[in-house]
This record gives sequence, C-alpha cells and structure tokens, in this order.
Amino acid sequence: MSTSTSEWPWQYHFPPFFTLQPHPETRAKQVSAWKSLILDYCQKNKLYIVDVREAHQLPLFHNTTMNRKLDPSVIVSILSELAKTGNAAALDKAKNRWEIYWHTLEEWASMIYDHICELGMQNSVLTLFELSQGDDVQSKEFSGMQTDVLVKVLRVLENERKCELILSDEEQGVKFF
Amino acid sequence: MNRWRYTSPLLLDNESTLTCEKNVRLYDGDQKTSFEGGELIITTHRILWGRPGAISKGQTCLALNLSLIVYIEEESPSAFSFSRSRKVLLHLSEPTDLEDGPQPSSIYNFIKLSFREGFGSDVVGILNDSIQKKAWEGRTVPKSVPQIKLRTGIVGIERSLQEKQKATDESISVAFQDLNKLMGMAKEMVSLSKMISTKIKDKQGDITEDETVRFKSYLLSLGIDDPVTRNAFKSDNQYYRSLAKEICDLLQSHIEDRGGMMALTDVFCWVNRARGLELLSPEDILSACQIMESMSLPLKLIQFSSGVMVLQLATLDDESVAEATAILLDDKGSLSSEELAQALGISVTLAKERLLTAEKHGKSCRDDSIEGLRFYPNKFLTN
Repeated sequence: MSTSTSEWPWQYHFPPFFTLQPHPETRAKQVSAWKSLILDYCQKNKLYIVDVREAHQLPLFHNTTMNRKLDPSVIVSILSELAKTGNAAALDKAKNRWEIYWHTLEEWASMIYDHICELGMQNSVLTLFELSQGDDVQSKEFSGMQTDVLVKVLRVLENERKCELILSDEEQGVKFF
Repeated sequence: MNRWRYTSPLLLDNESTLTCEKNVRLYDGDQKTSFEGGELIITTHRILWGRPGAISKGQTCLALNLSLIVYIEEESPSAFSFSRSRKVLLHLSEPTDLEDGPQPSSIYNFIKLSFREGFGSDVVGILNDSIQKKAWEGRTVPKSVPQIKLRTGIVGIERSLQEKQKATDESISVAFQDLNKLMGMAKEMVSLSKMISTKIKDKQGDITEDETVRFKSYLLSLGIDDPVTRNAFKSDNQYYRSLAKEICDLLQSHIEDRGGMMALTDVFCWVNRARGLELLSPEDILSACQIMESMSLPLKLIQFSSGVMVLQLATLDDESVAEATAILLDDKGSLSSEELAQALGISVTLAKERLLTAEKHGKSCRDDSIEGLRFYPNKFLTN
C-alpha cells in the first residue's frame, strides 16, 4: 500500500486523531475509526502481526508529515477493543505482539473451506505451504497467510470436524473432510 | 563611634541650635567611652559634643551629622537604677566621608547618649523632628514671583484652562507620592476620575477606538464613592448581601465586555482597585460571590472542574459558552488556550476552561502533542 494521501481516511490527517479523546462520545467515534483504519491497513498490506514496541515504524501509527504518533498504551487499548470482536489477539502476556485478523478466524475458516469445496479436494491432504502459497490460491485473499494464523484458522475447522491437522516436524499438512 | 568627626563648633549656614544639655556621656554601642561629662548641643544639622566650656570658647569638639541617624529610641532604665540618668540610642547608617574622627572604626551600628542628670527638654522629639525636616539638604524655598494674569480674551481663557490642567496634573502626581496623601485625596481622585471617564465616554465618537483610550476609560470608570464596609452592618449575612450587590453593579458591564466571564482573582483585583481604601479580603469577596446566585443577581459564581472559580453572567450557561467557542474554533481551524486568550482578551486560564467546556459538550477535541495542547473542531462527531 502506498502512503499517498488519497489512501488514508481524513482522520489520519486530523491531529486530534492521535490523542485519545476524553469526551466519551468523541472517544467512541475515534476508537471505532482507529479500529477500521487498523484493519484496512493490515488487509491492504497483508500485515498479520503488529509489534506495539515497533509500531512507530509503521506509517499507520506515525504520521510523519504531521509529526504525530499514537501513544503505545493507546495502541494496546485499541487492539484490545479489536480483540473483543475477534479481530486481534495478543500473543504474549505483556500485550506487545498482536495478530491482526481483518477477517475473524471463523470467516477465514469458511473462506478456506469454500475454496476446498470448489476444488473438490475434500478427503485429500494438502501441505500448509500449498494452502498458503500454492498456485491454486494465488487469487485468494488467504494466499500468503502467516503459518501461525493459518494453523489457528484450521483449528477452527478442525473443531467443526471439517479437517484434521497433521503437524509433524518435517511436514505440516491438513486433511479436509 | 567612628561616625563622630572633629570639627569647630561654629554653626553652618542655615544651621540653628535647637537644644542644649549638660553632663552627657557618649557610648560606642554598649561600651562607655572616655567622652563624659560634656555638653551636648542639638542643631538642625548636627549633634555637637564638647568638654565643658569648650563649645562656648569655640574649641574643637565632636560632631555627628543628623543625616547618619536612621532611628532613635530611648533606652528604658533598668528596674534597679535609681539615678536620673537617661539613655538615648541612635541607630546609624554607614559613614560616607573619610574625615578625621576620634575612632577610625567601630563594630557597632549604634551609639548611646547618656544624660547623667536626665534632660530638660524632649531630646528624642527634637531629634526626630529635625531628622524629618532634613534641614541639611538645604532646600531653600524660592520666593514666588507675582505674576500678572491676563484675564480677558481667548488667550486668557486658554491660559486659565492650561492652568487648570497643570493643577490637575500636579494633584495626580502628588496623590501618588505616598499612600498617606492618596488616602487624603481619595475623594477628590474619585470625582476627578469620574469626570474624566464621562468626558472620554462622551467623546467616544470623535476618538478612534484606540485600545489605550478604552483601557483608560476602564481604569477611570472604576471607583466606588461609598464602599460597603463591615462596620456598617450588624450581621455578616447582610454585609455579604450588599457586598454582592456592589460587586455586581461594578463589574457587570466589564464582564459583559470581556466575554461574560472573569476569574475570581481578577474580580478581587478589580474590586479592590475600585475601592482603593476599604480593601476587601479574599474570603469576604468569595462569600459575597457565593450568595449571588441565590439573590438572583446578574452575575454568578461558577467553579470549573479544575478548581478555577469565575464570576459569570447569569444568562451565560455552559452550553452557550461551548457553542461560542465552537464557532471560533471553526473560524480558526484550531486554537490553543493562549490563542483563544488573545482573541477574546481574557486570561489563559479562562480560555482553557472555555475550551474544556466546549470539549465536555462534544464541541471540540484535543490534540496533545509535544507542541502543546491544541483544540480542534470536533470532526469526529460532525463528519
């Protein structure tokens, strides 16, 4: 994604956007704007993992033209909000590393399963690499998915008894039903 | 003792003898000196001390300039002393000249005059008197030259106007010379200021809306003829009620001019400046302001969440303040409290309170960066 102005919402160029607003109604609007901006940004950049400690290297949280940064504690609180809707998950207790799901795990799961059904590949085994990098999935949104996230998505399918994960050291695969 | 000088007892120009005492001993600080049993003469310029008979013979004696005396007190005699001896303490400033004296240096800043047989005349009073008169500064009053006054014609009128102006000028400068005189002239000043302020008001059409003129009119329009004082009332409650009325009468128009709000500290200054003499304590003003609302006066006391207290027009509520601030914000794009203070001519504290009020009503939002706190129109809610 380019950082040209047309790509950013108007809020990104509005300095108060980078200060957490004390007025409750205003803050609600601000936080929801941030939530959708973060998801949009990650989707466009295929960004699955955000590290709060390095967040200021992302133009998302650091508007260099205006010289405004979003405070790390505010980033964490917004990501926590996202976690409530299943759009993010903290990877460590200190809440420094976050996985961002612009589609929730369930949405990803049904997307992948639909794809498998389309290809008629039930009852066959695929490697995780094939599933995320293979030729068949190049046009799909989940191509290039982080393996950790992919495993989590497939766990959801496994719980629905639609697949079974085969995780050994050399070969990581999945069998769909 | 190092302030004494050897000198001839001859009187200087304009100097005259005030009183003469006998059998006087000099002390350097608390220590006795060998200068005892002498004659002491107080003149308008100096204190002279000589051995008995020396002064009348014109022999060299000791002199102390009155200009060096800072403060005079009489030492109270101890309970065990039955003698008539009385001691006077003279606190002195540092000597300025380096002339010849009986003692080149002294660790004391005071000397004592011990009158072994008491004193006949009021030595302390005479000394104090002559120190105040400062005869040694030799101010000679110029004799006024009789002037011929032209009373007729335009020249005469102009001249008399000019003279009046001069007199006014002088009375202003005299009034401010010291507080005592100001108190003496307070009534006159108030009426004078009233006159000038009405003049300025009348002429407002002619004079440009210069800020200095406006400021002057503010300054001069102050002044309370008959200030409410506590003594006039039997109960505190009544006192506060009339005080509240007085404050309202005085400040209402100013507060209207200044955007409807005035910090309580400013109120304190304005009211006391207007009263001039019968100054009010902060507590009295606070108590008076607190009952304004219950008296349904045009002003009321508001306390912001930050603790800042202001007097505000009763007609003005938070919402209209927020509304007005929002309009300003829309105009300017963004404002810091300093900029708003400048734009409205109010204090920075008040400006900040206004912006915070607007924020509380969702009319503004903040940008807290290293460049300071700024407020923007609340686009989050309007867009």
